[in-house]
Amino acid sequence: MNSLAWRKGKNVGMTLLLAIFTLAVLIPLVLIFVHIIKMGFSSINFDFFVQIPRPTGETGGGMANGLAGSAMLIFLASLFGIPVGIFGAIYLSEYGGGSFSNLIRFSADVLSGIPSIITGMVAYTLLVVPMKGFSALAGAFALALIMIPIVLRTTEEQLKLVPGTLREASLALGVPLWRTTLKVTLRSALTGVMTGILLAIARIAGETAPLLFTALGNQFWSRSLTEPIAAMPLQIFSFAISPYDDWHRLAWAGALVLVTIMFGLSLAARYFGRRRQQGN
Amino acid sequence: MAHDKTDLREESVLQQIEPRTWVLKKRLSGDGVFRGITVLFAFSVLAILLMMVAGMWKESLPAFSKFGWRFITGRDWDAVQGSFGALAFIWGSVISSIFALLLATPLSVGTAIFITEIAPKKVGGVVASLVELLAAIPSVIYGLWGVLVMAPWLQRTVEPFLADHLGFLPFFSGAPYGVSMLAAIFILMIMVVPIITSITKEIILAVPQSQKEAAIALGATRWEMIRVAVLPYGKSGILGAVILGLGRAIGETMAVTMVIGNTPQISMSLLAPGYTMPSVIANEFAEASSNLHAAALMEIGLILLVVTLIINILARLLIWSVTRGERRGSAI
Repeated sequence: MNSLAWRKGKNVGMTLLLAIFTLAVLIPLVLIFVHIIKMGFSSINFDFFVQIPRPTGETGGGMANGLAGSAMLIFLASLFGIPVGIFGAIYLSEYGGGSFSNLIRFSADVLSGIPSIITGMVAYTLLVVPMKGFSALAGAFALALIMIPIVLRTTEEQLKLVPGTLREASLALGVPLWRTTLKVTLRSALTGVMTGILLAIARIAGETAPLLFTALGNQFWSRSLTEPIAAMPLQIFSFAISPYDDWHRLAWAGALVLVTIMFGLSLAARYFGRRRQQGN
Repeated sequence: MAHDKTDLREESVLQQIEPRTWVLKKRLSGDGVFRGITVLFAFSVLAILLMMVAGMWKESLPAFSKFGWRFITGRDWDAVQGSFGALAFIWGSVISSIFALLLATPLSVGTAIFITEIAPKKVGGVVASLVELLAAIPSVIYGLWGVLVMAPWLQRTVEPFLADHLGFLPFFSGAPYGVSMLAAIFILMIMVVPIITSITKEIILAVPQSQKEAAIALGATRWEMIRVAVLPYGKSGILGAVILGLGRAIGETMAVTMVIGNTPQISMSLLAPGYTMPSVIANEFAEASSNLHAAALMEIGLILLVVTLIINILARLLIWSVTRGERRGSAI
């Protein structure tokens, strides 16, 4: 049974099988993309970007409030998530080294593996209950919790790539450590840090589950940060499970816009990543 | 003081320079404040994690004190009567994730091997970035495609076919609904494939070149080389990748909620609708009818949190055991 012909035949057979597996993985990808592009382009129009959803039964309308709401949520989440991630990373890379740092790293890894719906529940108990209402702030807090571990770990990696001699040169000139860290270390790692931030934003732009009981969604424009706010992923969700064709149409258009934004962000992240490599 | 060879930079910058700056009192205080800020932010990561566990524990206490361990084995889910048991959701989560992984594992490991060992470099690179694209799509968009395209297709073609030809098995009996456990399994499979593939790819790349060359030199065919040199070396790392995929599948919320049918029942048939732990939270938490109802949902969340914590810790340790070996291997 172990003749050369048998072994060669087995080799060819397994190679074919692996190729078939790869094809099977790629088929759903192609199907999903074809659908998003086909349905998205046939449904998208100018109204999509400037109008809010119409009441049930009326055709037309758009997701303008969802687009603005998502942008607002991402902005607020970044205000909280980016500083915590970057300063935490500065601690890990510049001061840390002991078991406390390892504990922080481990917590960040574990935090990034927690289902996002749990983050939503936590934001609900911490902000929605005390503030007695769903709000943009609670939604942004939930998204920030998802951002922090991503920004933290990528920033730490980037800071570690900065050569120690650069820090020592600055310190030797009499620049205090904290200014050295901000003006020399962080600055030379800036493009890499930007990559991490963009990836984190791309990730939270599509998150739905943590917003379900924090930002809640809104049919109209929201006037303050303590009110429920609309978000693109939430609108796609509620339109997709509705029984109306016209809302399905809006959902596909929303999916196209969301996917385009996310790919734009990851392309930008790659651009920064490449610049960093050339810089070195 | 013992000289730590692994962290020379740390030694030189902090242990030697910092004591010298104390002469300049003003600057020392700036450094102290800055250091304090970074410690505070770093600590907040740990605090968030502890707060999550403690907060959910506290919020779920009313349900735990009322139902005790019966909560896990109980089948009732009745908000009106105030009687809650999570078994149907645990069942749904376990069945959908396990079957999704059974389908996804051979596909992803096969794809990873194809990318790294078989395909020409350019083809492999294209396939790898396509798979990464698949990982970047938000789950609500998988759900949109699942509920509007895949579920109707399952209802029209796949499910009647299974019922006709394999209907004598309890797993494929009953009417085709489209939205069903089977739909959830398929959508989860599509979603975990990119994760397992990309980690397995890293693991396979960590296999020392010398091992593979040795197998080839002994006259192995390419498949035999993969079987005797690549797979055994990466075994525990690949297992870690699969477990990480399991963590993702169990916690996946939106896509599953949109296609599983959201019916709290324990059915042997994969064609019947089901319910999972994250789905019931997503559907009912915002409008929980009573404090007990909210606490019961919190307890489901707590179970989910503990399970995913254990899964993640296990997976990280396994993957770490292989990728750490990579550094040792290349040093030789």
